[in-house]
Amino acid sequence: MTDIAHDDLDEAAGEHDSHGHHESTGVDNRKLGMWFFLSSEFLFFGTLITNYLIFKGRDFGPGSIYPVEFYDIPFTSISSFVLLMSSLTMVLAHAALARGDQNQTRTWLAATAMLGLVFVSGQFFEFTEFVLEGLKLSSNPAASAFYLLTGFHGIHVVVGVVLLLSLWGKSVRQPEGLSPEQGLNVELVGLYWHFVDIIWIVIFVVVYLIQ
Amino acid sequence: MATIAPPRTPTVFKRPQSTTGFWSWITTVDHKKIAILYGYTAFSFFIIGGVEALLLRIQLAGPDGTFLTAAQYNGLFTTHAVTMIFLFVMPMASAFFNYLLPLMLGARDVAFPRMNAVSYWIFLFGGIFIYSSIIFGTNPAPVGGNLPGGALDASPLGSIPGGGWFLYAPNSGPQFSPGTSIDYAVLGLQILGVASLISSVNFIVTIFNMRTKGMRLLRMPVFVWMTMIVAFLLLFSLPIIAIALFMLTTDRQFGTVFFEAASGGDPILWQNLFWLFGHPEVYVLILPAMGIVSEVLPVFSRKPLFGYPAIVFAGGAIAFLGFGVWAHHMLASDIPTVAQAAFGLSTMTIAIPTGIKIFNWIATIWGGRIRLTTPMLFSLGFVALFVIGGLSGVTHAVVPSDWQQTDTYYIVAHLHYVLFGGAIFGLFSGIYYWFPKLTGRMYNERLGQIHFGLMFFGMNLTFGPMHWLGLQGMVRRTWVYSADTGLGPWNLVVTIGSFVIATSILVFMFNWTWSKRKGEIAPNDPWDARTLEWTIPSPTPEYNFGVKPTVTVLDDFWHQKYDEDDEGRAVRRPEADELVDQLIEANGNPETEIRLPAPSYFPIIAGFGMMLLAYGIIYHTRPWGIPLIVIGILMLVSSLLGWGGEPVEEVHEDAGVDPTDPESDTEVVNPDPESAPPELVGVDDR
Repeated sequence: MTDIAHDDLDEAAGEHDSHGHHESTGVDNRKLGMWFFLSSEFLFFGTLITNYLIFKGRDFGPGSIYPVEFYDIPFTSISSFVLLMSSLTMVLAHAALARGDQNQTRTWLAATAMLGLVFVSGQFFEFTEFVLEGLKLSSNPAASAFYLLTGFHGIHVVVGVVLLLSLWGKSVRQPEGLSPEQGLNVELVGLYWHFVDIIWIVIFVVVYLIQ
Repeated sequence: MATIAPPRTPTVFKRPQSTTGFWSWITTVDHKKIAILYGYTAFSFFIIGGVEALLLRIQLAGPDGTFLTAAQYNGLFTTHAVTMIFLFVMPMASAFFNYLLPLMLGARDVAFPRMNAVSYWIFLFGGIFIYSSIIFGTNPAPVGGNLPGGALDASPLGSIPGGGWFLYAPNSGPQFSPGTSIDYAVLGLQILGVASLISSVNFIVTIFNMRTKGMRLLRMPVFVWMTMIVAFLLLFSLPIIAIALFMLTTDRQFGTVFFEAASGGDPILWQNLFWLFGHPEVYVLILPAMGIVSEVLPVFSRKPLFGYPAIVFAGGAIAFLGFGVWAHHMLASDIPTVAQAAFGLSTMTIAIPTGIKIFNWIATIWGGRIRLTTPMLFSLGFVALFVIGGLSGVTHAVVPSDWQQTDTYYIVAHLHYVLFGGAIFGLFSGIYYWFPKLTGRMYNERLGQIHFGLMFFGMNLTFGPMHWLGLQGMVRRTWVYSADTGLGPWNLVVTIGSFVIATSILVFMFNWTWSKRKGEIAPNDPWDARTLEWTIPSPTPEYNFGVKPTVTVLDDFWHQKYDEDDEGRAVRRPEADELVDQLIEANGNPETEIRLPAPSYFPIIAGFGMMLLAYGIIYHTRPWGIPLIVIGILMLVSSLLGWGGEPVEEVHEDAGVDPTDPESDTEVVNPDPESAPPELVGVDDR
């Protein structure tokens, strides 16, 4: 990501004959790359969700337990709401930067990261509860598929939080705040963040709500 | 000779400064150098995979062979396939993509040069990782295993992973493959997948965004189109295999039972996931060769490519349909009859776009003034052999017929006709065609034709008889057959054929090494070509184009050289030679300041960290396993952060910088007036 950032950062700076010349499509290289990367990510989560659906109702012999029996829907609803709200704060961060309001950008970036962290903590709590109640990663394929799916989503959220915090750190360190070129990074992280949220909406509906 | 200014931003390491020698290769982000790295690495793996094939053939040369043990045979046929697919054909195609994409599009480099370098290093360390199982891997026989001797085959060859390249679970699971060898294949493929995913995003963005002025999508060379299609295939199929490999990893390392039928797991799920990736993957292997052939045939027929849009769209159609045919690899598995019929039908439809391509190629040659040079011979060989392989492929689409052929040498014959006769012939065609571009010299034509002759003959001698061996019932992946099967004589022929192929490769290697140093100096535009890479000097200057090209039609360069007469035949313009010389002169002597992507240490560190991470996962129960994982992740993350802090580009100035000029804040590194490459000046102007 940082690599991408710099390639175009430099390019935006001058009119010279650069290796990263004008974009034929008019869309920035980094943004186009992010879109294609996300298109691949859809297949990634599509496979994980399908995998869970295949195993969720299988008969694993007497005494088999299913993730469904452990769900705490009110709790997960709240953490889902938190994650959804983080999409709002992400948009606010982006909009603030577009207005040139560095203070608000900083605030909303931090808020988005915090909401993401709250979500991840909730997931950590949920996993701990499930394991204590007896649903382990290796209990049966349905449980494994559940942990694999939600676990990979959690990892994606963590990566997003790291990206957000590094942007936030940059904006705090630089007295003039984020430069317009770094603004594109906010947009890129935003794309990624909204993707992670959208995937969670699908997971929440398909895995938790439709039983 | 190079002069580099110290960067303003301090970094952990000194900025890489070499433009020649060992360190320039380690730190390069130049697409051409990365292509050469890919090429040599892939060819080394080709030799390894080829030697493995020869060992297999020695074992099978006669009945009741004793040359290899069963475990060694398992390991060798597995690594032969993994090597040829993931470590030779894909990276060799990647070498072509890297070298040619920017040149064909008229660009300075790919969209993300350093990510490009990361892809290469991850690929290299992934390959090394897989083969390190020879040293570190263990391959004990499963409890109650049915391999003769039963016990552990502790020889180095016995400890390479042996589950087939498809790693069918649960055979590759902890119960039936208890050692660590399989882990090397599972995690190695995961690493290679990361490399491919990064480069496919890079190539797609390059093609969409880095086209020169006037290079509309339907003016791009077919090779560029095929690259784009391959990149999309990888983009959409790699995440599927990534999940499957993660599931297998958790089965092997963390006690899940995704693929253990006895515990409620689903072995067929592995097959579905694997072939959902695996079938698009075979088009990943063949489409680059189709792209190369589509460039070579028109040049040596002195005609435009017949049906350019049809070939482009047929490529897209093959890729699209390729996602809907995976179950034809598992027709003998327990899948519903309706599904079998549907997948049989969808498989047959693939023959339509493929046929369109074949007929377009034939129509391209038709009536052309053909020059039978080595690249042309290989391309013609491609068309002929691919048709044979394609036809036997259609016979697998007929479900009852496939039941008879599954797991016999008939399948082996089919897949080698399309992958050896197809992909590898196409790649060799490209190697000869672009040899002058790469080296500035001509290869030896006579040796090239001997190479082609031997390889064509040897290839048919090797894989032709496999058709009838298979129909006689000889099964795949079995290390012995008894004398009373009567399979001996043809197997001997096959083995002889494989050594003929090996001989032809030796001829090629001699030709390459000799011609690279002693070959005739290549003339400007040696093939009378059509694409932009021939409008610049050979070997390609570091900055590619001195003057940014503008394109007005498909095959713009060719149209500049040729006109039509009244009957529609191509007539070379009288001023064509002069024009070519002028173009190449202008491109070799840029007048403006040119910025090149700056070299970097970090890609290789990222790749190495990835490998350490994989070792850590295999040995996570050992005391040093977790530290390895942590170190690997730290190396990955820190190199990502590190390259954020280094300058991106350096300037090429044609006038050069006087190293004695007190004004220029530079130092001279490795002054070498002999070779006089373009001067590089690092600046940090931000």
